[in-house]
Amino acid sequence: MIKTDILIIGAGPTGLFAVFEAGLLKMKCHLIDALAQPGGQCAEIYPKKPIYDIPGFPEILAGELVDNLMSQCKQFEPGFTLGERADKLEKLDDGSFIVTTNKGTKHNSKIIAIAGGLGSFEPRKPVLENLQKYEDNGVDYMIKDPQKFKDKSVIIAGGGDSALDWTIFLAEICKSVTLIHRRNEFRGALDSVDKVIELKNKNKVNVITPAEVEKLHGDKKLEKITIRINQENVKEISTDFFIPLFGLSPKLGPLSEWGFEIEKNAIKVDTFDYQTNIPGIFAIGDINTYKGKLKLILCGFHEATLMCQSAYKILNPGKNLILKYTTVSGVHGFDGSKKEAEKSVIKSINS
Amino acid sequence: MTDISISIKDRTGKIHSVSAPTDMAMNLMELVKSYEIEDEGTIGTCGGMAMCASCQCYILSEHQLKEMDDDEEAMLSEAFFVKDNSRLSCQIFITKDLDGLEFEIAPAS
Repeated sequence: MIKTDILIIGAGPTGLFAVFEAGLLKMKCHLIDALAQPGGQCAEIYPKKPIYDIPGFPEILAGELVDNLMSQCKQFEPGFTLGERADKLEKLDDGSFIVTTNKGTKHNSKIIAIAGGLGSFEPRKPVLENLQKYEDNGVDYMIKDPQKFKDKSVIIAGGGDSALDWTIFLAEICKSVTLIHRRNEFRGALDSVDKVIELKNKNKVNVITPAEVEKLHGDKKLEKITIRINQENVKEISTDFFIPLFGLSPKLGPLSEWGFEIEKNAIKVDTFDYQTNIPGIFAIGDINTYKGKLKLILCGFHEATLMCQSAYKILNPGKNLILKYTTVSGVHGFDGSKKEAEKSVIKSINS
Repeated sequence: MTDISISIKDRTGKIHSVSAPTDMAMNLMELVKSYEIEDEGTIGTCGGMAMCASCQCYILSEHQLKEMDDDEEAMLSEAFFVKDNSRLSCQIFITKDLDGLEFEIAPAS
């Protein structure tokens, strides 16, 4: 069981900044995120895109902002449970909560801050009859353990980076790899496109474009698929696996069943401290809603800061809290590090 | 007057005739959001970067639109429910020559 002061669900910019603000008040944080790396959308979807409305940064790449936030909160030693989705919430008699992920990891804390953005990223599924029947039975949307595909035949569909990257990777270990895409051009790093072309020329992968998967066949498990090439010719291909890689889309998912008041696909909060209708659970950043809400990173930072003040009072009943300025008090890390302003040396002038 | 009229068919088939400003650098996805025509979180989830296709629409009128750039074309090539008249509404900015435009919002995916 992982124990912490504040359990943050979602390791995007708002969640990471909450670690820093909580740290200033001596509260320790642990973050859960469905993605394999921290940074949320900024890291997963648009790391190379510039952001122009972070105060004090005329321009910063989304990926750089994440790196900066990680380095800003580092001395407060946050814990991470990555690649797992927060699934279940339980309340204990002592007033604390247990959050269990889809992989069974349990976390215990008195305060929860949901900073889940638009929700957890789930694979976008193609519209195909019987798709569900073959899920985990020949159809996979994510490659968690590549060894599962060793010496098997695999068909990948998609035209982005992940389709290209996995085609390259699986070409080494699979019996056969076929990449199918709706058009001739791929949207991915030039290196990856070149590598796939090279593998195709060496007959190590099959690339079929422009083509679409139309039907899945198989008695108990997937056995073959039907594709339509160039909107005309129909072809059947035998395969052990079909891996559609059409990107990720955010879904509120299990959070919608935790008992929150939901409005506009977001969690309603009190703007005093961004607490939800469940005492002890806050929602900050894009995942919350209130009158006048703006889904901006800078608003998430503000919400995280206010949330920490209330969290402190819940964790330390009866203790008075005074706002401290980092310029005055410095930053004292849990790792023993100390950052503070240099003292000015004043020398008197003797006349 | 800098506003134009646009007709939007929502995902339930209901038609909304709305007024759209041409002086706010707004795109059609933002127009849909500003009138709260679809549920929050089901349209424009990437914010308008042509990276999610949640704002896909079908152009119903005969207006000549600016050609798709590579980003839009690539994203649509990975989207679902794509038709010949599909566009990403976040990539179409509201200009005076779009007065009377009619479009339909594609199903959520």
